[in-house]
Amino acid sequence: MSGSDEAAAAASKGGVQYSKIAEIKGPLVIVDDVENAAFDELVEVETSDGEKRLGKVLEVGNGKAIVQVFEGTTGLSVSGTNAKFVGKVMEMPVSREVLGRVFDGLGRPKDGLPDPIADRFIDINGEPMNPEQREYPKDFIQTGVSVIDGMITLVRGQKLPIFSGSGMSHNLLAAQIARQAAVIGTDDEFAVVFAAIGVQYSEAEYFKRSLEESGALKRSVLFLNLADDPAIERIITPRVALTVAEYLAFDLGMHVLVILTDMTNYAEALREISAAREEVPGRKGYPGYLYTDLSTIYERAGKLVGKKGSVTQVPILSMPSDDITHPIPDLTGYITEGQIVLGRDLFRQGVYPPVNILMSLSRLMKDGIGEGSTREDHGEISNQNYDAYSRAQEVRALAGIVGKAGLTEIDLKYMGVGDTFEKEFLSQSIDENRNVDETLSILWKVVSQLPKNELTKVKDKYMDQYYQGTD
Amino acid sequence: MAAQGRIVWVSGPAVKADGMSDAKMYETVVVGEAKLVGEVIRLTGDVAFIQVYESTSGLKPGEPVVGTGNPLSVLLGPGIIGQLYDGIQRPLRELSKASGSFIGRGITTTPVDMAKKYHFVPSVSVGDEVAAGNVIGTVQETDLIDHSIMVPPDHPGGKIASVVPEGDYDLEAELATVESAAAGGSSGDSDSDGSSAEPLKMYHRWPVRKPRPYKDRYDPTVPLLTGQRVIDTFFPIAKGGTGSIPGAFGTGKTVTLHQIAKWADSQVVVYIGCGERGNEMTEVLVEFPHLTDPRSGKPLMDRTVLVANTSNMPVAAREASIYTGVTIAEYYRDMGKDVVLVADSTSRWAEALREMSGRLEEMPAEEGYPSYLASRLAEFYERAGRVRAAGSPDRDGSVTLVGAVSPSGGDFTEPVTTHTMRFIKTFWALDAKLAYSRHYPSINWMNSYSGYLADIAKWWGQNVSEDWLDLRSDAYGILQREDTLKEIVRLLGPEALPDEEKLILEVARMIKIGLLQQNSFDDVDTYCSPDKQYRLLKMLVEFYKRGQTALKEGAGLADIRAMPIIGSLLKARMEIKDEETQKLDQLGAQMAEQFQGITGVKVAS
Repeated sequence: MSGSDEAAAAASKGGVQYSKIAEIKGPLVIVDDVENAAFDELVEVETSDGEKRLGKVLEVGNGKAIVQVFEGTTGLSVSGTNAKFVGKVMEMPVSREVLGRVFDGLGRPKDGLPDPIADRFIDINGEPMNPEQREYPKDFIQTGVSVIDGMITLVRGQKLPIFSGSGMSHNLLAAQIARQAAVIGTDDEFAVVFAAIGVQYSEAEYFKRSLEESGALKRSVLFLNLADDPAIERIITPRVALTVAEYLAFDLGMHVLVILTDMTNYAEALREISAAREEVPGRKGYPGYLYTDLSTIYERAGKLVGKKGSVTQVPILSMPSDDITHPIPDLTGYITEGQIVLGRDLFRQGVYPPVNILMSLSRLMKDGIGEGSTREDHGEISNQNYDAYSRAQEVRALAGIVGKAGLTEIDLKYMGVGDTFEKEFLSQSIDENRNVDETLSILWKVVSQLPKNELTKVKDKYMDQYYQGTD
Repeated sequence: MAAQGRIVWVSGPAVKADGMSDAKMYETVVVGEAKLVGEVIRLTGDVAFIQVYESTSGLKPGEPVVGTGNPLSVLLGPGIIGQLYDGIQRPLRELSKASGSFIGRGITTTPVDMAKKYHFVPSVSVGDEVAAGNVIGTVQETDLIDHSIMVPPDHPGGKIASVVPEGDYDLEAELATVESAAAGGSSGDSDSDGSSAEPLKMYHRWPVRKPRPYKDRYDPTVPLLTGQRVIDTFFPIAKGGTGSIPGAFGTGKTVTLHQIAKWADSQVVVYIGCGERGNEMTEVLVEFPHLTDPRSGKPLMDRTVLVANTSNMPVAAREASIYTGVTIAEYYRDMGKDVVLVADSTSRWAEALREMSGRLEEMPAEEGYPSYLASRLAEFYERAGRVRAAGSPDRDGSVTLVGAVSPSGGDFTEPVTTHTMRFIKTFWALDAKLAYSRHYPSINWMNSYSGYLADIAKWWGQNVSEDWLDLRSDAYGILQREDTLKEIVRLLGPEALPDEEKLILEVARMIKIGLLQQNSFDDVDTYCSPDKQYRLLKMLVEFYKRGQTALKEGAGLADIRAMPIIGSLLKARMEIKDEETQKLDQLGAQMAEQFQGITGVKVAS
């Protein structure tokens, strides 16, 4: 075909245009007679009335290209639509000027200001970090939230999601972390990258206001894909956000906290594309590669050898019908370094933050705590509290059947531990910032209701120093 | 003639190329202008279906594909130990020199430093007959590894025509030349032209999908001691055996595997991070050089090889990483070493199979997995074993395979778990409920099993104590009784039970806290010697027996519960070091004394 020469010439100018659209289905446009397109290439789709939308190549070969259109295919027609293959993968312009700005889900300014002057253009897909070049995260982040600092400690460079359910207070908690988790004791710069993925306007607005009130907005970058924005755009939102975060962390040396909410909406957008491509589904209709795909987002957290900054991720996801075995929380939990699980029961009782500590975990906690970072007894006292609280839950279940009268004296003490733990340790107000010493002393107070003999996880020397009971 | 074709189609890690009629199945090919590494996995006419081991972003139809003529192979020779490889044996340290903190594409390096010199001590002389597998000399690879240089398994063998004297040589140096024997003169597949065969170097290559040959295979009867009480005492694994550790996220799979990799009494450990977290590999890299092997006192890194394909690295290389790892393990086995291979996680490997199968548009079986999932798993686990290596001198080595399984939703009925269970003999079932109450390792004692127990009991009987199996059965019996009693307690409360049975609950609690639980982050508790394991077990069983007698003699359960010895017994695992056996003896004496105190009568042990 003679068109191929023209196409090649156009390619050198940075774009090849094709107008033979074979099929439009769901978020996909299938373009025919494509000569020179690359896998993953960025595509500009132009509608008959001149509107431009972005997309990328999912599959190319045998003269066809399957293009996924981020802003949806509504209003596209087979005739009159042009697809321009840009000749590069999707990139995000970055510079220090992105701080304090608000972008849409594809990384375009949404605050009415002009494009920031780019220092660099970075491929939004990122590249996998070389595990050999990672620095193992072990710097304690004090969030001021007792349950996190004491029991599910967050460290710099960790990815620690909040597993929540609809209507629960995950946004309050994430915003509190973002406000209070400023790096203590160093002069290193700190930044927050917030990506709203298909959330309601009010939720995004709450975050924005919360950052504004604490004066953190000028060192924050916001990416907003709201509930009424195109669903397919959600595939891109976390990626542009993380691209900016990596730039701030590894090029500018900042400690970046990334909040991604809500990853469930991301996974649903992915399912929509997979269904449109008629792929063999895995569990609950989600594609078989959901794990791999999620990992390309979550694994973009960490620290690197020889670089000052760090990327810490707190993704939020709402578990459909509070089911932790649902594929989205399940696969997330396999990738992230722990999870903070919010419990419906605690939430109903009005406990804030309603963290179910038994199901929660921070895998990197062991290296972030102890002598030199928090306190030497931290690990053991936290284990003892886990143990005691889990006994308390068993006793509560038993009391529900046999009544309090059927309980032994020691059982009753454990019930007391459960109550104190929830009322005094877990509960705190959304503007209360507790330091780690306060947090640990409450933990000791809780278990000191038990006789010494019950504290099997704490070494005797710590018992002598911190135990507050009478026995 | 190497195949030379052109790309016609790209979708993720899958590429089709035409003009590939010269390509062979499982041949390694170089894809595109970026020179990405790929492997042919299906041939239809002259179209080859290729899985690409690197990111295909930006790849275009029309770019060239060139065959290499070789199947996917690993380089086997000194320098492997201590390395961190990606799924196709590219050293990640070298890659970072080429592409910085992030993994670049199309980079070629050699798996080991070919220019590094090792001190070679020959063990053959001119005129000796050698066959495939024979050791021709040794080099010291690390402080812990004396590395045998062997005639490659596919070498025809023959008569040594020349051999270098003892000295320092690099990997490319020709150490010996071999004259192929005439037809019938050699035990290998002789080319029978009597000419000189390939000269022998310090290294050779071996295709990863092909098990290395051996002479004989033995029954696994020797335990692989891991220093983890719940494994060694309750659900042991044998050297050359197979084990699987399934568990939902957060149940401690990775920590348990790290513990095995750290403390197992093997000479070489191959750790495969297959589709898991990047930081976990980093943790091993940071931690192992500072940990010392309890037996030799040398850094653990001196016996460890890491293969890392983290979850965000290309999916096709994840499939290859398992084979790369097991081939390296077999190579060290052939030197007569005990090798442990830990794969975390085989589920991610199965998912990689599923993803490629989906792109090939194969008919899916359960949950979208390909129908050959079971046979692939079987092939992998069958590469475990305790063997007599091929060639002389006689060397016995073993490969023990331990694979993690990450069942979706923690559901053990999903395909990867159920198929794995068919091919392994030790099953350590991790339990989310135990993990939630911070009972670690969260190996559920009711659902786990070991098929090696009977054989391994003999070893304990001979090496530790005659009554080991009896004590283990007693302790296990208490745990089983507790499991049934718990049902009653759940319905009626603990006060509904007679003291006899309450004692069982109490002792079961003590066994759980004092024996089954183990704190891998505690300096003392992280490793427990077989002797200490035995003594702790014995004391807890004795506590139960003394308690029973005491109850019969009129003591109350409250008296038993109030004994201060309980606290000491439960903390003994952390407070008493392996070598402080006299402290454990003292504990035993105190226990006897305190029982005497509550009954006033000497209780026979």
